[in-house]
Amino acid sequence: MAKTESSFKNMVITLFVVTVVAALALGGVYTMTKEPIAIAKRKKVENAIRYVVPGFDTIRKEFKVAGDDGKDSLTVFETYKTGEKAGTAIKTYSPDGFGGMVWIMVGFAPDGTILNTAVLDHKETPGLGDKMDIKKSDFSIQFKGKNPKNFKLTVKKDGGDVDAITAATISSRAFCDAVRRAYKEFEKEEK
Amino acid sequence: MNQLANFTKGFIKENPVFVLLLGMCPTLGVTTSAINGLGMGLATTFVLVMSNLVVSLVKNLIPDKVRIPSFIVIIASFVTIVELVMQAYLPALYEQLGLFIPLIVVNCIVLGRAEAFASKNSLLSSIIDGLGMGLGFAFALTILGGVREMLGSGAIFGFKFLQGDGMLVFVLAPGAFIALGYLIALINRLKKTA
Repeated sequence: MAKTESSFKNMVITLFVVTVVAALALGGVYTMTKEPIAIAKRKKVENAIRYVVPGFDTIRKEFKVAGDDGKDSLTVFETYKTGEKAGTAIKTYSPDGFGGMVWIMVGFAPDGTILNTAVLDHKETPGLGDKMDIKKSDFSIQFKGKNPKNFKLTVKKDGGDVDAITAATISSRAFCDAVRRAYKEFEKEEK
Repeated sequence: MNQLANFTKGFIKENPVFVLLLGMCPTLGVTTSAINGLGMGLATTFVLVMSNLVVSLVKNLIPDKVRIPSFIVIIASFVTIVELVMQAYLPALYEQLGLFIPLIVVNCIVLGRAEAFASKNSLLSSIIDGLGMGLGFAFALTILGGVREMLGSGAIFGFKFLQGDGMLVFVLAPGAFIALGYLIALINRLKKTA
């Protein structure tokens, strides 16, 4: 087969056909994967909630509120176990990580005690700041079972009660900041 | 050139990373661990094979003057397909590589093979070339990722064999350059004696 000549008409037609075919293929794949992607994302959120508030069976209420600094929004999930309130999971953030935003899920018992925390997303330095993730170090365990009423959520360097990650004070501060933001929201909900 | 040589050239003789030094952005960026390198390499292999296949099929229909934009559209489409499928069915891997998947579009290896090989050769040769080059790329990324993971965190494919942290610098960006430099030196030495 002879090579198509580079005439103006041929070039316009070729580019048109190539882009239309590509658009159709992408549209098809997008429609096909839309649902599984939504399910995978939802599952990730639910797994995180299950991790920070153990043993609930239903999520009754779920809503978004603007963060106190207005930079992004928190999501509150109220969970119940056989009709009783099991706890509140709050997806919170801090804009002050070493690599930008840090997203954390915090679970509170009805009395305000922190049940557990889970890091959802961060861009902290591997080997230093990423130790906030439970998979990498024990840093986040110290929050478990503490009530922010009598546990100051700032690192010891700033006069609080939190042992910072060695050589990653900024990441530790961001973690505390996110938990603090979640607790503020939790207190507002309880009033 | 016979097909076997066509396939194996991507591993050592024309290895995209160690010899041609193409696709440095994903090479240096994702290879913090062996598994990340392997995942990135396999995703690139898929895109390479598919784009080589399609470019080889349509090579005579596309006028020379618009071939580069046409190739880029074809490559970008396959990359987006990989991204969507990975996000839907392998969310854990997508989380690790997510940022780098769109960068396959601008990976010079993919466009380079489409332009230099697939647009001039038969369908079968092009597919084999894509497969060989892609696996060579995956091979190089896995080795680089493995070296960095071993030295940087004392583990391989996630299994820890050393307690403690290892040499942190190898997990960070400078370690990528250092490890790559020594690996290239080693490959050059091996090629000289072979």
